[in-house]
Amino acid sequence: MSTLSFKDFKSDQEVRWCPGCGDHAVLAALQRALPQVSQALGYEKERYVVVSGIGCSSRLPYYMDTFGFHSIHGRATAVSTGIKVANPNLTVWQVCGDGDALAIGGNHFIHAIRRNIDINILLFNNQIYGLTKGQYSPTSKFGAITKTSPYGTVEHPFNPGSLVLGAKGTFFARSLDVELKLNEEIMKAAALHDGTSVMEMLTNCVIFNDGAHKDISDPATRADRTIVLRHGEKMIFGRNRDKGLVLDGLGLKVVTIGENGVTEDDILTHDAHCRSVGVHMMLAEMKYPDFPVALGIIRDVKDVTYDDGVRDQVKDVMLKSKIHSVDDLLNSGSTWEVE
Amino acid sequence: MQHKVIDLNDVVIRFAGDSGDGMQLTGSLFADMSAIYGNSLATFPDYPAEIRAPHGTVSGVSGFQVHIGSEHVSTPGDLCDLLVAMNPAALYSNAKWCKRNAMILVDSDAFDEAGLRRAGFKTDNPFVELGVEDRTLVVAPITTLTEESLKDSGMDTKAIRKCKNMFTLGMACYIYDRPLDYLYEYLERKFSKKHPEVIEPNKKVLRDGFNYAANLQMIADTYHVAPAKPKKGKYRNISGNQATAWGLLAASEKSGLPLFCGSYPITPATGILEELAIHKSLGAKTLQAEDEIAGICTAIGASYAGNLAVTTTSGPGLSLKSEALGLAVMAELPLVVVDVQRAGPSTGMPTKTEQTDLDQALYGRNGECPIPIVAAHSPSNCFDAAFNAAKIAMEHMTPVLLLSEGFLGNGSEPWLIPSMKDYPAINPPFATNLPEDGKFKPFARDPETLVRKWAIPGQKGFEHRVGGLEKNHDGVLSTDPANHALMVAEREAKVQKIADFIPTLEVDGPAKGKLLVVGWGGTYGHILSAVHELREAGTDVSFAHFDYICPVPRNTAEVFGNFEKILVCELNSGQFANYLRGLYPDSDFRKFNKVQGQPFLVSELVEAIKEEL
Repeated sequence: MSTLSFKDFKSDQEVRWCPGCGDHAVLAALQRALPQVSQALGYEKERYVVVSGIGCSSRLPYYMDTFGFHSIHGRATAVSTGIKVANPNLTVWQVCGDGDALAIGGNHFIHAIRRNIDINILLFNNQIYGLTKGQYSPTSKFGAITKTSPYGTVEHPFNPGSLVLGAKGTFFARSLDVELKLNEEIMKAAALHDGTSVMEMLTNCVIFNDGAHKDISDPATRADRTIVLRHGEKMIFGRNRDKGLVLDGLGLKVVTIGENGVTEDDILTHDAHCRSVGVHMMLAEMKYPDFPVALGIIRDVKDVTYDDGVRDQVKDVMLKSKIHSVDDLLNSGSTWEVE
Repeated sequence: MQHKVIDLNDVVIRFAGDSGDGMQLTGSLFADMSAIYGNSLATFPDYPAEIRAPHGTVSGVSGFQVHIGSEHVSTPGDLCDLLVAMNPAALYSNAKWCKRNAMILVDSDAFDEAGLRRAGFKTDNPFVELGVEDRTLVVAPITTLTEESLKDSGMDTKAIRKCKNMFTLGMACYIYDRPLDYLYEYLERKFSKKHPEVIEPNKKVLRDGFNYAANLQMIADTYHVAPAKPKKGKYRNISGNQATAWGLLAASEKSGLPLFCGSYPITPATGILEELAIHKSLGAKTLQAEDEIAGICTAIGASYAGNLAVTTTSGPGLSLKSEALGLAVMAELPLVVVDVQRAGPSTGMPTKTEQTDLDQALYGRNGECPIPIVAAHSPSNCFDAAFNAAKIAMEHMTPVLLLSEGFLGNGSEPWLIPSMKDYPAINPPFATNLPEDGKFKPFARDPETLVRKWAIPGQKGFEHRVGGLEKNHDGVLSTDPANHALMVAEREAKVQKIADFIPTLEVDGPAKGKLLVVGWGGTYGHILSAVHELREAGTDVSFAHFDYICPVPRNTAEVFGNFEKILVCELNSGQFANYLRGLYPDSDFRKFNKVQGQPFLVSELVEAIKEEL
């Protein structure tokens, strides 16, 4: 097998996102992650299919030198599902936005997750409709002022993490567009995970929603306002690595190591493989300023996948059935001869 | 009374009862038995949308009509010779389908005061009220007799009452001189594994029904319909939905591509998905999608990944799939979309048949978005229609709409079993060689057919992108005005060129004359019967039926040019006629339409044709 580099995944098409758009960084991370995935799993480049819906982020397949399908608004998840079921040897990466996947495509999104079909979904969440120039999305904050909510929205946003976990998701990770290294790490883990892997990428739309994530993305305060979760590691965060999460009754609590007798031993250890969604749900729903926002792989559990199920059932019935050709089928059951 | 057996050429029987009375089963069994006996036949299930509508009401009446003949039968028949009405509501809604000399068989136990009122009768004599008192009325206490027949069976009352349809079937077998052997075999085959205890009671109740009819003085004569003389060979019964599923499987086998069907359940198309779900041994993958849009979009994904992709639906579902159909047109991917039409608009009358989706099939998308349309003309013809639709889709790299109808999907007929060696190969235009510059051009076209090459993900060096945005031949996004005009024209021309690969239009009857009757889809049998009836009576009339609607056969203009007038008969308000007027403005088109959720009657077609002569 030839060794692939990020250049192999760059197409000859000019990238047309706005300068400063967070999508550039996610694309770069994907182009860097896929050679590592290929190395780890022995995949050739022609095995990858990148699928998207409609929106700014959905232009991404044109920038990847792989097989690609730029489908229609909201339906990327359904197209990906068809590709994977039809040919489970393909590795499907799907790119979609918050409006694309959670509004018009919400149904396909939750059902793909419920089926646990083996696709990797990059959910670009900039909390705004960018390509239509600035309307609120299903993840826009309550009260957000946009072109279609000049007096502020009066609707609650989705938290993509709780939606994924509620739909029986087996893999959920979250990151910021600017976290290049962490994103590569997440993408590799998503590729290794059998089942639907959802990676929420908090991206910045410089034109229509600039600074939507600045509370947590500002380099000066990021370490204090986010926590990067890693399986088996203590849930510790902060510039000085002195803050941590503990259980407090039925919820989580932020504590400071060294204060009130708290030691590192008291801090929770992240278990991404825990089947129960309880703690994962609490982690996914943590919001600044009360909590640090959870980044990294929040959940990564094994379960049967839909595409394996379909394939195995076909194999199984083929072995047991007496019908192996259309002629067999045509002549099966009740027939009679006319002499 | 002297008992005679009267020979008849054909007989129409209509079984009607509450939707829980088992009338669909009773009718199907009578049909199967007649097919094996050698009769030619056609069936027409006419059932309500409600699974169990309020007991005894007209809205809950389920009917099944079967037409058997000793000569070729091509329709389920207009009016019936025997109406079986299991309750007053069934009589109320079906008496109008009785011939002048019909026999009406009713279960008198159901004709009590409450039953009559529930059905909407105002008097105590429903026969007089409906004006059918002069028909041969056989009023039998079928429920009581069934209970009596099975009182020692050990079954509970509820289970016993469910057997009254078998008692009725036994009576029908006596009246039409059918031996019970076939039914005995059926019961043994069906129940031997899971419910052997019900075999004997059912046999007994059939036999008791048969004997009761024999002993009943009311039935003076019985009737015999001799076997038809069909072509020699092996036959089976097949419904349209089953034949559609099998035709798709046949196309999968001939093309060597696995079948993928992404569908959402919808009446009356669900039978295709259910049938395909059984045949995993032929490699078929079925995905019951979360909605209609996911049905077609998973199929489009599967097509991109190199499967023979299919989605099945009915009118409202086709509306939901419109945007994705456009995507398949733009991406130039093979896809078969089956629309088993039902009465619309909106939810309409889901279990009733119609041909009202033609305009939607032709035009129901944004932009200029041509899609080939194939229509099936009989239940068994759904096999060939599905095979041909899939062949066109794969060889011409295009979505294809296959129009079926509730009447075809649920109807069934005996079918001379074909052999796959008689079907043509299917050769999709797979991309095999890269151009000199090493870059695959996904929308470069064959100069003759304008068909693009199909490169499947996994093919090294053929990486390319498809999608809904306009592109140039190289597959690069383009908003260049001239390129868009070219691609629009090429997509249309590609579809029109399919006319070079489909059969020419055939004329039944003289090739030249005063009147050509034209039809498409499931009206074939009715129009054929009407035209033959008129020709046998000495009328000069011809008939041409369209299996291919877009594009139309190459010789259509030539055929039309040989007739003074063209009468287009269809189960809508004139959609095909309007389409033909656009294509052939010089022909004189007349319309005969029916939009009642019911098939044509041969008699009304005969009258309509006569009026044009």
